[in-house]
Amino acid sequence: MSTFYFIAFLSIFFSILVITAKNPVHSILYLILTFATFTIHYVLMNAQFVAIVNFIVYMGAILVLFLYTLMLINLNKESEPQKSNFIKIIGFIAGACFLVAIVAALKAFKTSQLVVLNDPNLGLVKNLGKILFNEYLLPFEVSSILLLSAMVGAVLLATKEPKTT
Amino acid sequence: MKTLNDAIQAVPLNHYILLCSIIFSIGVIGVLIRRNAIVIFMSIELMLNSVNLLLTAFSVYHGDATGQVFVFFIMALAAAEVAVGLAIIVMIYRNTNSIDINVLNRLKW
Repeated sequence: MSTFYFIAFLSIFFSILVITAKNPVHSILYLILTFATFTIHYVLMNAQFVAIVNFIVYMGAILVLFLYTLMLINLNKESEPQKSNFIKIIGFIAGACFLVAIVAALKAFKTSQLVVLNDPNLGLVKNLGKILFNEYLLPFEVSSILLLSAMVGAVLLATKEPKTT
Repeated sequence: MKTLNDAIQAVPLNHYILLCSIIFSIGVIGVLIRRNAIVIFMSIELMLNSVNLLLTAFSVYHGDATGQVFVFFIMALAAAEVAVGLAIIVMIYRNTNSIDINVLNRLKW
């Protein structure tokens, strides 16, 4: 029980650091830590497939992509654009209002049952694979087309030479 | 397995919803207050991840594996989105020598 609250505190702490860190490289490193705590959440819920995919895809592939792009762009701290304090306060208030609205809606549900894992095989690869390739075969194939088109689009966009040179 | 089940035994569903809403709001605030395009992308990733966590929690709560299949699809979508988005950012940087989001307000006209 206390494990969940400790990890939840770490997730919130690191995600606040992601949006407040001045240096974008530090932001990416904090984002890696945030995703690590999310992986621990998945492990605590015994969702093993999601935990592994989160570990490989997010902490591996996507964040390497972010770091690589940052390396190509070669930002330094001086060129980091800052919004005015007024805009920051307004943005913070807007986000806080959003959170308050959700929490107030949550308060309407007085009862809150415990999250209990009834079926220990629920999140295992075998069980999820059976569901994925029986009921969701068509969405699976469509998502492969989506990834292919994204790859083609990324290559097309990133290799286009600017005409002005 | 037994200890893992004990670890989640006492966590109410509302606390998962609360955690995910807090992280989603942090993502929203990040999109609103930053001007660096890459940090805005990272905030969007935070929002996608909080939704993933909530879907998994609901899936475990209801004993229905469909939620975790949808998490898989969301991750595929996020990978595609990041690849195209970062390619666009690289192209913007090449053309304008900056990734300040305010430079792009010329798209209005």
